[in-house]
Parts: sequence; structure tokens; C-alpha cells
Amino acid sequence: MASEEVKLIGFWASPYRFRVEWALILKGVEYEYIEEDIFNKSPRLLELNPVYKKIPIFIHNGKVVLESLVILEYIDEIWKNNPLLPQDPYERAMIRFWAKFADDKLVLSAYFAMCSLEDEKVKAEKITIAMEALERIEGELKGKSFFGGESIGYLDLALGWISYWLPVFDEVGSMKIIDPIKFPAIVSWMNRFANHKVIKNKLPPRDKMVIYFQERSKIISATLAKNK
Amino acid sequence: MGEVKVFGVRRSPYSCRVEIALKLKGIKYDFIEEDLSNKSPLLLKYNPVHKKIPVLVHNENPIAESLVILEYIEETWKGTPILPEDPYQRAMARFWSKFIDEKCMPALLKAAVKERENKKAIEEAAELLKILENELEGKKFFGGDNIGLVDIVADFIGYWLGLIQHVTGLELLTKEKFPNLCEWSHEFLSSSIVKESFPPSDHLLEYIRSWLSANPSK
Repeated sequence: MASEEVKLIGFWASPYRFRVEWALILKGVEYEYIEEDIFNKSPRLLELNPVYKKIPIFIHNGKVVLESLVILEYIDEIWKNNPLLPQDPYERAMIRFWAKFADDKLVLSAYFAMCSLEDEKVKAEKITIAMEALERIEGELKGKSFFGGESIGYLDLALGWISYWLPVFDEVGSMKIIDPIKFPAIVSWMNRFANHKVIKNKLPPRDKMVIYFQERSKIISATLAKNK
Repeated sequence: MGEVKVFGVRRSPYSCRVEIALKLKGIKYDFIEEDLSNKSPLLLKYNPVHKKIPVLVHNENPIAESLVILEYIEETWKGTPILPEDPYQRAMARFWSKFIDEKCMPALLKAAVKERENKKAIEEAAELLKILENELEGKKFFGGDNIGLVDIVADFIGYWLGLIQHVTGLELLTKEKFPNLCEWSHEFLSSSIVKESFPPSDHLLEYIRSWLSANPSK
């Protein structure tokens, strides 16, 4: 439908933006991507998301939808081809539960472990939390190719950052959260996901990511030390 | 319909959310009151990840996390809808529910309970309430004419906060500053289903008083 307005405002290094973009591409939806400098927020960003002042921001025919997981459900309800969520209410509850779990427990612990340059004790604690969370998620794969079964679904998109951002966090933080011996199913899923024909053509450049997260971890580490 | 059980704690707003939703849909369920200082083996079996209430168990299938449970209830049982039909309105309802849970609840608990002498905490909570106040403009409920997902998720604001204020003298949610929220709270508590789902105010007041005296402000 060429006359539809479909816009995505995002940031080049943000996994949350990619969740939405992957969903749109998987469904064959034409959209316009607009890059936002989150360190120099535009009036447009502040107007469209006054509550959180964050990306991603999804605009569909003038309607503004915020929060990446909310956007995924919206996209699935508007464009019904290649469904991202299962039909069964219990299965839907499970994927919503695990997406929230990973966002609450795994993302921040891994990120702040990477940023704990000064404090080895804090870093070790965060790594433990991250690995415990990853262990739970390992259990959820249960011999499937994807969390969505035979094809990529909502939970694969929600967890997709694990396949590409988490290895960068491990590198920048000199950590090994992704232990192939502890998490064989996840490592195998990571390869499948990152090499999927849609996903592999829509990822940020790894070398730029490493530099970006190195800089971020220095800044955040300094801030955390100052606030002690 | 199948067998429906709720593992919860009647004085918890999170637990009450599930009861409101089930009652709105006319679903019969068994409520199992948990002792949080001595969690039952069943609760730990049904929610091994978080070990928390509420947990809904439907035909032996457990679901944890109140927002996830509310969506499950909506999708499993037709009848009184909790979410609108329109995808954009649904997205808005989900957005506001997340906002209440992720931003408002921690700030309100800090300002009203955990750090109740902290002026800055109270100011921050007030800023968040202002956002909800604006969202209610021209509406009877967050859900429009009828109680919906966001109203259910805002239950702490509708009931608990007022009672805490009564005990501590906190003046955060006042008619002068938040006329829409106060009017909404009145409408919300007028619903017989909502009233039935909440512990009676004298019980809750007693609980609040004893908790506050056992837990001095930081």
C-alpha cells in the first residue's frame, strides 16, 4: 500500500530500533527510516515522545506508537502476513513473559557489566545475573530452530540483540557472558538468527559498534564512579 | 472454562489487578493467599523464575507477571473487553500500562512509602502523576467510558495511594493538583467489581500502619 505513511525513527546502534525494522522487513512493509541523534535530541523527538524522549518511534498514518515491544504487537495486528505472534493465548503469554524477562534482567545486567570498568566486584555480580538469565532463556529454546518455531517470531526479534550486540558487549567488557559450553542452544540460535537473510542485511557495522560501546562504557563507568 | 486458580496476596495491588479482570469477565476462580515470608511449594513450582505473586494457573498452565496475565485473560475469555479493538488504541493502552508499571509504581512507592521524607522523591512522583492527569482529560476512565486495562493497572493510584496518604499525611495526590485523577479514583472505586476485588479499607489501613511503623523512612 504505497499511499500509507510508515516511518521509523531510530538510532543506528540501538537494538530496540532493529527489533521494529526487522519486523517490518519480515512482513514486506515499505517504510522510511529516519536517524535520530540521541545525544542531541531533536524537537521532533521531544514532541513525538515527550514521556520517555527515546527511540524507536513508529509512525503509521499519523499515529505514533512507542516502546519497541508495543510496536511489534501493533505491527503484527496491522499487517497480518507472516505473523510474529502465535495464535494460542498461552503461547502468547509465554513469549511476552520471556521478552519482558530478558529486557528486565539480561539487557541491563550485561550492559552495566560491560560498563563496570572501575569496579570488579560489581562487574562480577552483573555477569552472574546476566548468565543466570541466559540460562533460563537457553531452557526456553527446547530444541527449536527459533523461539518462534520454524521461523523467526516476536521472541526472536525481542532477543535478537543477543546474537549481535551481546558479543560486542563481551568484547568491549572483556567478558564471556556467552559461554558456548553453558549455552549451546543459544549459540546455535545466534548463528541461525544473525545469518537469516533478512537479519544479516539489516545490522549495524560491527567495527563502529565496538568503538561506540567502548566510548559509552568509559563515560558510564566514570559517571557511576562519580555517583558513588 | 477449565480450572482457574490465582496465587496472590489480597493486600497487593498486583494481585488485585488479576482479580478485577477475572471478575469483569465473570470467571470463577480459586484464590490461594500466599504467605510471602513462607512461599508455598506450589508458587515456587508455578513461578520458578521470579518466585512472586500473582500467578494465574489455568488448566495447570501457569502464567506470571500481572500485565502478561491481564492480556492472557483478555485473549482467553470473551465477554467484557479489557482492551479496545482498534490496534492503535490497544498500543496506547499497552504503552500507558507499561508507563505506570515501569515509571509510576517505583516512584510512587519511593515517595509514599520507602523514602517518604524525601521532597525530591515526592516532586518526581508528582511529575509522573501529572502525565496521567493529562491523559485522563475529557475521559471518565483511562479506557474511555468503561474500565479497561490501564484503569486496572492504575489500581494502586486509585486505592492504595489514598489510604497511605490518610495514614502518613502525605499530600501528593490532591484534588487541587490532580482533579482528574481524584475524580477517576472516585469513579473507579464506585465499581462494585473493583470494590469486591480490593481488601476492605480498614484491613488495608491497619496493614499500612503496621508496615510503616516496622519500616521507618530512609
